[in-house]
Amino acid sequence: MGFMWSGARVILDEVAFSRGEHLLANGISIQLAGGDALALVGPNGSGKTSLLRVLAGLAEPEDGTLTVSVDSAVDDVPRAALVHLGGHQDGLKTQMTVRENLAFWRSYFGVGEGASIACALKALAIGHLIDLPVGVLSQGQKRRVALARLTISPRPIWLLDEPTAALDVASSERFLNVVEEHRAQGGIVVAATHTLLDLDGLQTLDLSSYAPQDFSDESGEGTRVRDAESYWLEGAHT
Amino acid sequence: MTGPFWALIARDVRLASTASGGLLTGVLFFLAVIVTVPFGVGPDLNLLSRIGPAIMWIGALLATLLGLERLFQSDKDDGALDLMRLVDAPVSSFVIAKVIAHWIGSGLPLVVVTPVFSLLLALEPPAIAALTATLFIGTPALSFLGAVGAAFGVTLRRGALLMAVIILPFSIPILIFGVAATRAAIVEPDPFWPPFALLGAISLIYAVVGTLGAAMMIKINDG
Repeated sequence: MGFMWSGARVILDEVAFSRGEHLLANGISIQLAGGDALALVGPNGSGKTSLLRVLAGLAEPEDGTLTVSVDSAVDDVPRAALVHLGGHQDGLKTQMTVRENLAFWRSYFGVGEGASIACALKALAIGHLIDLPVGVLSQGQKRRVALARLTISPRPIWLLDEPTAALDVASSERFLNVVEEHRAQGGIVVAATHTLLDLDGLQTLDLSSYAPQDFSDESGEGTRVRDAESYWLEGAHT
Repeated sequence: MTGPFWALIARDVRLASTASGGLLTGVLFFLAVIVTVPFGVGPDLNLLSRIGPAIMWIGALLATLLGLERLFQSDKDDGALDLMRLVDAPVSSFVIAKVIAHWIGSGLPLVVVTPVFSLLLALEPPAIAALTATLFIGTPALSFLGAVGAAFGVTLRRGALLMAVIILPFSIPILIFGVAATRAAIVEPDPFWPPFALLGAISLIYAVVGTLGAAMMIKINDG
């Protein structure tokens, strides 16, 4: 595809967020530009999903400022129309076929320059499932159908929650290829994950070092944002 | 037509018409109420045609509320409710779309079968016409009202019980004016238009209040 996102960016400045009454993390500052990929890591309950929801605009940050934008001819494209949320829930109706489900989301989110439904499914090697009801698919197949939604209506910023959970090795490789293609087009990917995603230049944000109780701990200051290799090689708490 | 609004209506109507959807359930429930009442009341045709409109309206009220609990819950359960908010449109627009789809899938079928089902309650043609018209005008109010309850259900556990408690009192005016207008077609001196116009007014008010209320509940839930 010849088409490129120009000037996609996600900027967090001293962002704090909570779930319910419970403050999960504060002081998060990071800048992402087109082509960047960020892995959110941290133990269960450290706020990975909550941060994705804040980035998507479904929840408000408690403090700090958050910018999600692209360069565009039209000023003020709302954040909601720029992001894709690949949640741990699939958003698929079991009574409808794969094609009907994706056709709905395609017309709901708008088509733009997106891949056709058949192409998007083929890229994830599930083209043969197109006319089956979603109810008969396995967990991994459902997940792949949900991920196909990311490419049928293009948006510059992908927020993914455990995207490779339930996927076998070959499927996650195919999916990572799709992600790399998205980055090559100038898109941004933020993924909450427990596994090392094999992406070039993947940055890692460890949410446990932003938890309020650790805030006075100076040791985390310089090393909160680092490259993925060192996070996975040296362990989470070095 | 495309765009999120129409896409959502088309999908929800499609879901309602599947085997596990609410369309058939609602119509069958409506039929069950209408069929059983004459057996309970006994073989008195005059009595039956006098209380017929009220029975039809109560049947329609209960049949409409039957599937409403799931209005937002199924989308909440599979994560679609979050995804639906990721478009450049206010939450209230997808609430309206979902309620319209709900009405097409539950209220409208009841209106369509009313002329036939009315025969089981010995209603005269003028009463049947009036009943069909009042159900057509009044059932959207039930759907919009139910949307508030359904949004409560998404936010709070035990929503179904709460929904019945919250919704039923507000559905009483719809029932009163719907039955009053229909009765006017049977009992001569009663005027038809005043209660009918009030029923229309209630529908319009509930459309606004119900939409905003449900949208607010959903935003609070996710906030």
